[in-house]
Amino acid sequence: MTSLTVTNLCKSFGALKVTDDVSLSVEPGELHAIIGPNGAGKTTLISQLSGQLHCDSGSVAIGDRDISRLTMPERVKLGLARSFQITSVLPGFTALENVALAVQAREGSSFRFFGKVADEARLNEAAMTALSEAGLDRRAHVLARSLSHGEHRRLELAIALATQPKILLLDEPLAGVGGGDAEGFVANLQKLKGRFTIVLIEHDMDAVFALADRVSVLVYGSIIATGTPEAVRNDPEVRAAYLGEEEELV
Amino acid sequence: MTYMTASATHPDRPVLSGRVKAALVLFILFALMPPLASALNDPFYVLIGTRILAYAIAAMALDLILGYGAMVSFGHAAYLGFGAYAVAILQSYGVNDLILQILFAVAISAIFAVVTGAISLRTRGVYFIMITLAFGQMAFFFFISFSAYGGDDGVALAQRSTVLGMDLLGTDYGLYYVSLALLIALFALCHRIVGSRFGRVLTGIRENPTRIEAIGFSPFRYQLIAFVISGCITAIAGVVLANQAQFVSPAFMSWHKSGELIVMVVLGGVGNLAGPIAGAVAALLLEEWLDALSEHWKLYFGIFLVLMVLFSPHGITGLLKKMGIVRGQQ
Repeated sequence: MTSLTVTNLCKSFGALKVTDDVSLSVEPGELHAIIGPNGAGKTTLISQLSGQLHCDSGSVAIGDRDISRLTMPERVKLGLARSFQITSVLPGFTALENVALAVQAREGSSFRFFGKVADEARLNEAAMTALSEAGLDRRAHVLARSLSHGEHRRLELAIALATQPKILLLDEPLAGVGGGDAEGFVANLQKLKGRFTIVLIEHDMDAVFALADRVSVLVYGSIIATGTPEAVRNDPEVRAAYLGEEEELV
Repeated sequence: MTYMTASATHPDRPVLSGRVKAALVLFILFALMPPLASALNDPFYVLIGTRILAYAIAAMALDLILGYGAMVSFGHAAYLGFGAYAVAILQSYGVNDLILQILFAVAISAIFAVVTGAISLRTRGVYFIMITLAFGQMAFFFFISFSAYGGDDGVALAQRSTVLGMDLLGTDYGLYYVSLALLIALFALCHRIVGSRFGRVLTGIRENPTRIEAIGFSPFRYQLIAFVISGCITAIAGVVLANQAQFVSPAFMSWHKSGELIVMVVLGGVGNLAGPIAGAVAALLLEEWLDALSEHWKLYFGIFLVLMVLFSPHGITGLLKKMGIVRGQQ
């Protein structure tokens, strides 16, 4: 487990400051939730952490290592994994194949041209473990394109887990997942807590308050409050920014 | 936990994939064709058959990057040309051995593919198509002005290649069966590559490049290696083609040929290796028959192609699946 430190991160698209001087320190093993209204720049922030986007200024560090200039694959090798808000899996692969490929990526030996990869027990077993941690082992042999939305969310998580990350970036893992399904998913996440350093972006406030050690509130690209769920819930500034839209912080 | 030993293959999936079964059927038909042709007193078909085998190898090689890697190369005829000229050039130095000619063809093609692939792969989609076309045309015009080997007239070959000193290709039948053996060996090679760790990464890039990067792969080198492998296999098809025609000219590498290769892949069905083999058979047989019927055969071929794409977007493979002859997902 490693800490994740974000220092004075800035990113603009034209005149729009989507990330405005964000500093954040996530402790090893902490589950740190980032909440904020739509358009606050949460996904843009995660993309800069994962390396899909590069920041204009500021820095991102894993432990003591500055990773601001590294590409996404390089960051993954250092133990940073992300799941996507909009499902991004390999639709023509089975769930197991999706995850087995992530295991293969971690093992770093993909220039093998002859052995039949589908029969490699080591890849498949590690993939199965990740699938069951995400609660999807029963659907391992189903093509990803035939899985339900909720199952896609679980597959996203399983793929991220299979890269054996030190830090997990979860971008709205519960997006669009309904009622009972969401509860099961939160239970799965609860089990992962403490094993990884986790940055969680989530709209589902029940989930956030059930899972998070600390919460940061992002509004118009800047962090207006950080603290325990309880402290953030009672912060007047947060209430003003967040609850102005008649939304209850449950 | 019993599922821990489960293989990635779906329990319902047959031991031999549809791809392998279809290819086996095609290979058996190929093997039976020459005796049938001589029984019908039409030995001419053996030479046509060799031409089909050569294009089948090339179409299959193109499918490796087009179907599995989503890289539409519009310059693949260049490699046919490299293969053919490798035969002509070595022959002019008195080297007639097929194996040496293949090695030479593969070496030239590998160099050309590494350089042009590394540049082309910086682009995507239609730009990739255009840039591979441009490189293909560069190779075409190079050989047009290569006067030592006949320039755009081309050059006739004095004899066919030998294999380790044996005159295996001396008869049309010998050439045919050696070509068939090459097709089968190269199919086995492609089949292994597609099912390997490397193949899974390549297919994954086609499915979703962002996801592939997010789990830690850099797509570029996988795509480049696939591009090089495909070019080298296509060059072997060129070696066969030179022996079949006993003549080599830049016409082998014009952009029309690149287009024909794409048509064969699409006609057969992309992304399963066996489909493009069937596509090569269908395209070339249609060409033979329609050409005999009318000088406007290309018009009829065009109509056929449009109907095929409209009614069976997955080509011949898709058609067979629809009719339930081949199992598999639509």
